[in-house]
Amino acid sequence: MNSNATTAPGPSTGMSGAPEETLLAVQDLCSGYGPVEVLREASLSVRRGEIIALLGSNGAGKSTFINTVCGLVQPRRGAIAWMGRDITGSASPEIVAAGLIQVPEGRRVFPNLSVLDNLILGSYRRGRGARTANLERVLETFPRLRERSRQSAGTLSGGEQQMLAIGRALMGEPVLLILDEPSLGLAPVIVEEMFGLIARLNQSGLSILLVEQNVAQSLELAHRAYVMENGAVVFSGNRTELLASDRLRRAYLGA
Amino acid sequence: MIDGALIGAALWPALVNGLTMGAIYALIALGLTLIYGVLHIINFAHGSLLMVALYAVLVLFERLGLDPYAALVVLVPGMFALGYALQRFVINPARHGRDENTLLVTLGLSIVIENLASHFFKTDTRQIETAYTFMMVDVAGATIAMPRLLACVGALVSCLVLAVLMRYTDLGRAIRAVAREAQGARVVGIDVEHVFAMSFAIGLACLGAAACFLLPAYYVSPQVGHGFVLVAFTVVVLGGMGSFTGSLVGGLLVGVIESLGGLLLGESLGQIGVFVVFIAILLLRPSGLFGHKA
Repeated sequence: MNSNATTAPGPSTGMSGAPEETLLAVQDLCSGYGPVEVLREASLSVRRGEIIALLGSNGAGKSTFINTVCGLVQPRRGAIAWMGRDITGSASPEIVAAGLIQVPEGRRVFPNLSVLDNLILGSYRRGRGARTANLERVLETFPRLRERSRQSAGTLSGGEQQMLAIGRALMGEPVLLILDEPSLGLAPVIVEEMFGLIARLNQSGLSILLVEQNVAQSLELAHRAYVMENGAVVFSGNRTELLASDRLRRAYLGA
Repeated sequence: MIDGALIGAALWPALVNGLTMGAIYALIALGLTLIYGVLHIINFAHGSLLMVALYAVLVLFERLGLDPYAALVVLVPGMFALGYALQRFVINPARHGRDENTLLVTLGLSIVIENLASHFFKTDTRQIETAYTFMMVDVAGATIAMPRLLACVGALVSCLVLAVLMRYTDLGRAIRAVAREAQGARVVGIDVEHVFAMSFAIGLACLGAAACFLLPAYYVSPQVGHGFVLVAFTVVVLGGMGSFTGSLVGGLLVGVIESLGGLLLGESLGQIGVFVVFIAILLLRPSGLFGHKA
């Protein structure tokens, strides 16, 4: 199809210190719902230590892409490799256990459960031994969650719920953390805080795949970016390369 | 016509008797509300499955001489396994993604089960007689049958065990999580299909326990489930669909209303009070029974 609309740059991104090990390699992925095909041969890769931004307008297929990678939507064609192992068609519990964990769009915290129970369920696929240590680490990262640990998650503000959703994902010991629209519906100050957090998590060694509408901020943070249109990846490269394309700059940065 | 003093004297025993029956109602309703809360389906087969469990207790007692309370170790895991298999291999495959189908499947299931029971056990009402059947106990002035007291205690302990399971275990957390946010549960790696089946299984395990406590104090016939399932629905609506504390409080309340109704209106009319309450709740809370779906 139109996978050659733009060509991916070589493996070197110019980022210093980024190791070359490929964590996630998605090749020509197709999937959809019922008769509707949403993803059309989308390809993407994430190397260890990278922050990758996945950009595109509403309905471009970003969430479907993520959900297919995470085993929530069945892939129809194509291949997904995780740390060199083929995981195409694997069920989500297995994928979560392998360290590929997403913070879903709309947070999807458990509103009827306490903050603490939400976090505990984040390590559902981990042993009880690891749980206590993970919990301490997450509560250290989010002191606000510690204050509210007994409160039910439904009573938290939007920003706190987003923190909880990220904290819950961290409880599962991710190797690659996928964030689907983490800034959606949050106040600018909180969004700022969120991007700062993402940068810190990355510095601590976590690889990140960031799906965002907030293109400018995402590009500042990301080592590389992919742009999706109509279920296919139409661009991949670093910030400079993306900004060099008049069409993409106009479409996604409005300038 | 009604002697005030006589009723006054009978009030306390009626209350105690109501509470003992109410505890059983609560346990049955707990299973129903759990299945509703997680799977969002009304299990119309709940009454017939209780009947199946009651016959199992009866057969174990008559053929093997197994005490009904000892039968707990067979009935609870047995009904659990039956529930898991039913949900996974009958109800879920027949669902085709539509809740109405589940309704029809459980209704059909109850008809099949009841007719099988009528065929194999005939339509006679059967009871069992144990060493403690006619023992009476004094509870603060009210004399009640020993099996009833044991049923009450057993049912309350079962409710407590279930509450602890739901609150403090990973399975309990997962069940509560799936009930409200299935997509979020998938994201953390919970096998949602498994949790659905486990919820149905636990709901039926409650019936297994209820049957063991109930039979020494009650009877069994192929239609015995009808009365219980009607009361259980009332309890579930009364307490709020899917609410655990609601089921417990509602169960005890309905037991007491029924018992007091029997005292004031005569034994055979005892359930009138229950259905008056049922209608009143539907009037006051029109969103009651199918509130989440409309």
